[in-house]
Amino acid sequence: MTIEILMPALSPTMTDGKLAKWHVAEGDTVAAGDVLAEIETDKATMEVEAVDEGTIGKILIPEGTENVAVNAPIAVLLEEGESDSDIKAESSAAAPQKEEKEAKEEKPEDKAEETDVRPQAPAAAAAPASDEDKFFAETVTQTVREALRDGMAEEMRRDKDVFVMGEEVAEYQGAYKVTQGLLQEFGEKRVIDTPITEMGFAGVGTGAAYAGLKPVVEFMTMNFAMQAIDHIINSAAKTLYMAGGQLGCPIVFRGPNGAAARVGAQHSQCFASWYAHVPGLKVVAPYSAADAKGLIKAAIRDPNPVVVLENEIMYGKSFDVPVSEDYVIPIGKAKIERAGTDVTLVSFSISVGRALEAADALAEQGISAEVINLRSLRPLDTETVLNSVRKTNRLVTVEEGWPVAGIGAEFSAVLMENGFDDLDAPVLRVHGADVPMPYADNLERLALPQIEDVINAAKKVCYAG
Amino acid sequence: MTKTKTGTKDSKRRKTALKSVAKKTPKTKQAAIPAEQLLQFYKDMLLIRRFEEKSGQLYGMGLIGGFCHLYIGQEAVVTGIQAALTDIDTVITAYRDHGHMLACGMDPKGVMAELTGRADGYSKGKGGSMHMFSRDKKFYGGHGIVGATAPLGTGLAFAHKYREDGGITACYYGDGAANQGQVYESYNMAALWKLPVLYVIENNKYAMGTSQERSAAGELYKRGEGWGIPGKKIDGMDVTVVYREAQEAVDFVRGGGGPFILEVETYRYRGHSMSDPAKYRTKEEVQSVRDERDPIQTVRNMLVADKTYSEDDLKEVEKEIKQIVGEAAEFAQQSPEPDPSELWTDIVL
Repeated sequence: MTIEILMPALSPTMTDGKLAKWHVAEGDTVAAGDVLAEIETDKATMEVEAVDEGTIGKILIPEGTENVAVNAPIAVLLEEGESDSDIKAESSAAAPQKEEKEAKEEKPEDKAEETDVRPQAPAAAAAPASDEDKFFAETVTQTVREALRDGMAEEMRRDKDVFVMGEEVAEYQGAYKVTQGLLQEFGEKRVIDTPITEMGFAGVGTGAAYAGLKPVVEFMTMNFAMQAIDHIINSAAKTLYMAGGQLGCPIVFRGPNGAAARVGAQHSQCFASWYAHVPGLKVVAPYSAADAKGLIKAAIRDPNPVVVLENEIMYGKSFDVPVSEDYVIPIGKAKIERAGTDVTLVSFSISVGRALEAADALAEQGISAEVINLRSLRPLDTETVLNSVRKTNRLVTVEEGWPVAGIGAEFSAVLMENGFDDLDAPVLRVHGADVPMPYADNLERLALPQIEDVINAAKKVCYAG
Repeated sequence: MTKTKTGTKDSKRRKTALKSVAKKTPKTKQAAIPAEQLLQFYKDMLLIRRFEEKSGQLYGMGLIGGFCHLYIGQEAVVTGIQAALTDIDTVITAYRDHGHMLACGMDPKGVMAELTGRADGYSKGKGGSMHMFSRDKKFYGGHGIVGATAPLGTGLAFAHKYREDGGITACYYGDGAANQGQVYESYNMAALWKLPVLYVIENNKYAMGTSQERSAAGELYKRGEGWGIPGKKIDGMDVTVVYREAQEAVDFVRGGGGPFILEVETYRYRGHSMSDPAKYRTKEEVQSVRDERDPIQTVRNMLVADKTYSEDDLKEVEKEIKQIVGEAAEFAQQSPEPDPSELWTDIVL
């Protein structure tokens, strides 16, 4: 059977080109890799190489021919033991086949219809069930910092594959003392001080997770993770999909996120919407110490890459934390911190505190606010928020980050799409000012959402002066 | 396969190649590589060559899309290095990765079906040329971000050390990637923690269209010196040289010596990707490498000189490879496109 040499495409967008020159003549023997011809497009000139060995039986398209369609036969190659007569026999046999093919191609809409069947995105999974309430029967008072440490320590005792790495996590006991005591208990093999090399150690952690270890990678602050974001997204989040499910990446990236106090623009940024944007990641942002412990344990146990957005100002705040080591918060489950009937305030991380204080003030003015602590930013528990709005008919979002494409913007869209008929007022967003964070005390205060802003927004959607 | 027309040229080539081999491997230093091993090299390299030629052809026919970076010319590098590794060792590379997958023992059918974006591809058609993995064969990708494989490979080596399993990681990247900052962040940690990682710089002289002379100051294999990482530059067009040097480097790394940098000088015959007309170098430059230093012809010449295997034996190998590649191409075209429902799977576990 003779082999047809076809006009190749140089790129997926090329449809035709010029056959500029033949390097072989009929009767020449060629081996795989030999240059047969040169073709040209408006962008490039390329050589056509032989893939099979044989003798050039016939040149079908002479050199200098313009607009040769991609995949058109340009020559016929004879294999060992074949002769010219094979060409004739086959080309006459091939002709009707070609017509058949063309006839088929007359109805391109058939194929379009066939390929256009787009599967629906799976409906947002219902928020997972949680049995967390029962664990609050026995609690201790702990800071967020201690809760994070205890959560990590419990998981490290439970699973030898869990280790902690980052800048100052071991001997210094953590830049913010979150890893205090871990080196003493688990030793330097599992609590590892890295050089100041975010991209490097995020990549090393990700590689170790490919091999099945469960790294907890601490960034001194999430601001510095911007140097490592390629590994978080391209190397960690996308791998399971790119590998067709073969290879996951069980890793935790954690550190303080958002504004601290008076540290200026490069150290004060909320990355919530950056990471929440990325399929393949899970993203959590604890508010209380109980959240911190339940979520860090869930993050370490999760087989996917999880970003844990902590908050420096919250590290020293104390809360009741369940004592049980079985207390784990399912990722994707929001918490109603305070029930109310008139307006829903939805928030995460440090802003939950502002929403709760605003709710106290609003109650004094006769407005009952329901406060939802999202806890997870990916997946988002839209169900809990939509259920709440069904009751209150009003939504105000509260976050420190910038407004454009932020978490508040996402909830505005969720409400437009799925809660429009439940709304009695537009969704309002309370957020950080759309500026780089200023240093001056007064300007910084102006840039951050304040309790007063939340109160005003809530009153506005309640049409209460 | 050998043509009467090129027969004279071939035998001339053989002689030159043999002379240079004899020069490079003095008998006093190393035992000869057994003929069976040479034959295996020939098979492995020929499989990559024919596979890549077929990939190029399928790309030209529109059956493979996107970016497609062929390994033609560089076959001796991965073949020689992989022959020096064991089953417990892990491998990672960048986007010119088809050869590595075949050298790791991945099924040519599954690789080719991934190239055509079909359901039976290694990543169910969701990864493509640059993103394929096989946990079974310890091949950890296939990564499209230049330089990213250095810390990822260092992390795989970290896991070997953490588990004390005796394995090492072969971490491949190119001369272009060698200029990325994260490579040096990796060197630092690998040296600091004495991680069992063999960095293999596949220096094919061109970072896409920019020659090494125009993009890299100094010698690449010396770039670990500041961290105390030993390095060596070797001829990557002779698989026996690559194999022997890799054995030494692997022994060093496995023996607890920490990282080692092997800069392997090689050459890619084709453009950076399929759509690269390669105007930044002359045809004569490419042709002279093909004629004088082709890694497959070189090992074939050795086999012919060795005489353990007859010309018929070699032809049999060539036939076998042709069949494997033909079957892979057939399989890759017959395999269906992934089911539309696959759009929404494998995002999170």
